[in-house]
Amino acid sequence: MATKLVKNALGRLVPTEINGKKQIPFQGVGKYRPDYRKYNLPVATCADFPTGNKLIVDLKTALEAAGLRDGMTISTHHHFRNGDLLAVEIFRIASELGIKDLVWFPSASFPCHAEIIDYMENGTVHHIEGSMNGPLGRYCSEGKMKGVGVLRSHGGRYQAVQDGEVQIDIAVIAAPTADPFGNANGLTGPSACGLLGFALADSQYAHKVIVVTDNLIDFPCIPWQIQGNYVDYVVKMDKIGEPEKIVSGTTRITKSPDRLLIAELTTRLCREAGLIKNGFSFQAGAGGTSLAIAYYFGQIMREKNIKARFARGGSNQYLVKMLEEGLVDYILDGQTFDLEGVRSMRENPGHVDTSPFTSYNYHGKGNFAPLVDIVILGATEVDIHFNANVNTHSDGYLLHGIGGWQNCLFSKTVILPIPLFRDRIPVIRNEVTTITGPGELIDVIVTERGIAINPNRQDLLDALKKTRLPIKPIEQLKIEAEKICGIPEKPNLGEEIVAIIKWVDGTVIDAVRRVIPL
Amino acid sequence: MKRTGAAGNRGPDIRSDCYFEIELTDSGGIQMDIRSKVDRLFGTENRQLIRDMLDFFDIPNAKVILEDSGALSFVMMARIEAAVKKVTDTNKEYLPELIPENRYSTQRDRYRRSRLYLPGNTPKLFINAGLHQSDGIILDLEDSVAPAKKDEARMLVRNALRRNDFYGTERMVRINQHSRGLKDLEFVVPQHVNLILMPKCESADQLVAADLKIQGILTSHQLDYPVYLMPIIESAKGIMNAYSIACASENVVALAIGLEDYTADLGIQRTPEGKETFFARNVIVNAARAAGIQAIDSVFSDVADQDGLRTVVKESKSLGFEGMGCIHPRQVPIIHETFAPGDSEIEKAKKIVTAFYEAEEKGLGVVALGSKMIDPPVVKRAQKTISLAIDAGKLAKNWSKSYGN
Repeated sequence: MATKLVKNALGRLVPTEINGKKQIPFQGVGKYRPDYRKYNLPVATCADFPTGNKLIVDLKTALEAAGLRDGMTISTHHHFRNGDLLAVEIFRIASELGIKDLVWFPSASFPCHAEIIDYMENGTVHHIEGSMNGPLGRYCSEGKMKGVGVLRSHGGRYQAVQDGEVQIDIAVIAAPTADPFGNANGLTGPSACGLLGFALADSQYAHKVIVVTDNLIDFPCIPWQIQGNYVDYVVKMDKIGEPEKIVSGTTRITKSPDRLLIAELTTRLCREAGLIKNGFSFQAGAGGTSLAIAYYFGQIMREKNIKARFARGGSNQYLVKMLEEGLVDYILDGQTFDLEGVRSMRENPGHVDTSPFTSYNYHGKGNFAPLVDIVILGATEVDIHFNANVNTHSDGYLLHGIGGWQNCLFSKTVILPIPLFRDRIPVIRNEVTTITGPGELIDVIVTERGIAINPNRQDLLDALKKTRLPIKPIEQLKIEAEKICGIPEKPNLGEEIVAIIKWVDGTVIDAVRRVIPL
Repeated sequence: MKRTGAAGNRGPDIRSDCYFEIELTDSGGIQMDIRSKVDRLFGTENRQLIRDMLDFFDIPNAKVILEDSGALSFVMMARIEAAVKKVTDTNKEYLPELIPENRYSTQRDRYRRSRLYLPGNTPKLFINAGLHQSDGIILDLEDSVAPAKKDEARMLVRNALRRNDFYGTERMVRINQHSRGLKDLEFVVPQHVNLILMPKCESADQLVAADLKIQGILTSHQLDYPVYLMPIIESAKGIMNAYSIACASENVVALAIGLEDYTADLGIQRTPEGKETFFARNVIVNAARAAGIQAIDSVFSDVADQDGLRTVVKESKSLGFEGMGCIHPRQVPIIHETFAPGDSEIEKAKKIVTAFYEAEEKGLGVVALGSKMIDPPVVKRAQKTISLAIDAGKLAKNWSKSYGN
């Protein structure tokens, strides 16, 4: 199938049609304005739910009752991360029923979903719209998937559902605790994961919603993070997740001296630029370096008697400790990464569960990403214009989903603490393999060999002029990396597009090409 | 000679290194089996390197296996050369570029507060070592390298001294004992190394022999830069000969003590309090001072115990040591911080140095502070205190401008 390609606002060649659907090329940050109405559903009636008891005997029956048939879009969510047992089970059932050409619309996929390759091979699943990594990433990258993958941010996923870009036929929501009416939460039960925010859009907009739990309790399930009023069927199963893979027992600060050095430089930069001040807010992920940064922030806050108004989660034991110590007033949490995070969310009213609607959705009346002062993110590659890639490895293979990464770029100061090279692969390049986020939104790159500040942040450059921080032009960092590693060859990619990367507003920011196997 | 040889490291935990295996064959040219995690990005370059090197070593026919975990090219060169040298008898060396950044010499009396040990056959630890700002780094060929890996480590360390940027730290190598150690020198001395650590020194002769060998190597390569010596004393006998060791050569700039081996030699346990090594440490400080060189303390081996390290450094400083070994970069800032002069020390030093400058300005031969005469060594010590304080960030570089205002 020959697709027409056009150059988008970043100069990337992107398709105008994918999987039979028209696509709009990226037009620049804030440029695209939708002129359509939100998607809507047929009106439901209580007459169909007279007793309010929606229990159904098993998942297969529920899927059949929901009208499972060829070509449908089925959604699942990643709040069980690599411990999810449900998604594979759904497609195993569909395969047994001889269903073909389903679209899987997960909020993210993990290595535990590798078995879905079998269901793509036998025709049950046509393609995946969601992050792909590990074996699934390899499969898609090598052009083996029938359709084209579509990668969206957490906010972009909400936007796509709300706008009707993706119409979910059946949403299957894994619930650590639920009642027969369909109310559900992630706070308790053997598969407790904290919150179910990623499933919110699906509960609101899917044609049929199935809640599956291994911890069924009597009505009411409080709090109802997912409201039963959206739910069609409730299924009780013995096991829906592997707890030790859902949340880690404890997240840990990195012990690597090199990564700690990067974390220290990042913290010094924030302190010396005056960003750590009373009432500020920050977001730091669950990676070892990010945890170290949050920990160092805590030290400075204690020392200087500074309080943060809120911290944006992924929460973890270190953030929880800061909340309990009174260093931050609130944790606005998108996902809990360890058991301490789950406990805190259960017990502490200051630990708030949020959804991609409130935090990240771009087609709403604001979201709270721009209210965050400092955000710490990662990247696989950054080019000399600060455009960054989180999706593909430098050899072209799909490596990571977007997660909340694109959405967080709207925060006041976006910092990417990354090593200058990984193994022998330079991170700062002339050109990135894939653009996930435009450089105009990326402010600072912190590496162990120097810090690059986006020239459009003159205020930061001025504030840091008199410090001893190793601030260098980004081109110089690139040269240093190449001097150490050598200049890598271009990856061997075909013309064929295997996946597209959506921007937060639903436009196409880049396309991923097929990797030609060695 | 054998027909097959291998060098380097492989396995799931190996990074920035590679494993290279060669089997000489009688025909068929060079056959390569390459497994590299960066093959799509550096595959062409790596294949070319293998061909160039086999050509350089006059090997027309061989089967080779490369398992690459992202090795930088100087590492890969060392691995290929080491494997090749197991199957051919050659004195040729395949050398990476000696980068201009590494052509520096150090001063006899520079700070040697911290020296970071890097196991000589673990290249991933070399790459960022200089970023952690220890005063020196030690590429170790001795105890941290397994006996079977000693030969290949020499080539790796040699290449690292040439090609890996250590960002201005003093570049040291700890050689092996006896004849192997003297052979080690041939590999490292021509690479602009700054200092050689000699382990388990027991007599001045060992230093004299090493110094002679070093000077010979420099002369034969037509090189002219200082290569200092730091003997490590690790036995009862060494302690008894400490002063003569310290005086063995004008290139000896520091005397270090190794307490693990010393306590083993005495047949006693090393304790955290260190009473059992009190005498030995005093001897080292005394011998070093008498010879006009630096006294350097042993390492503190519990990386996780930062408070313990701080206590040990404080005591070390109070005994008269000027530096310590580090086995982890995280120890460096604590060592620097603790060896840095205290506030009252700095204040006193500022007064003395100011008085010295005033006396100089007035053309006075004698420095006085109030009614007290100040001797030249006291001035010298005060100047050292000031520069240490500046280095530790406890004093501004231009402190004298605002002083007394």
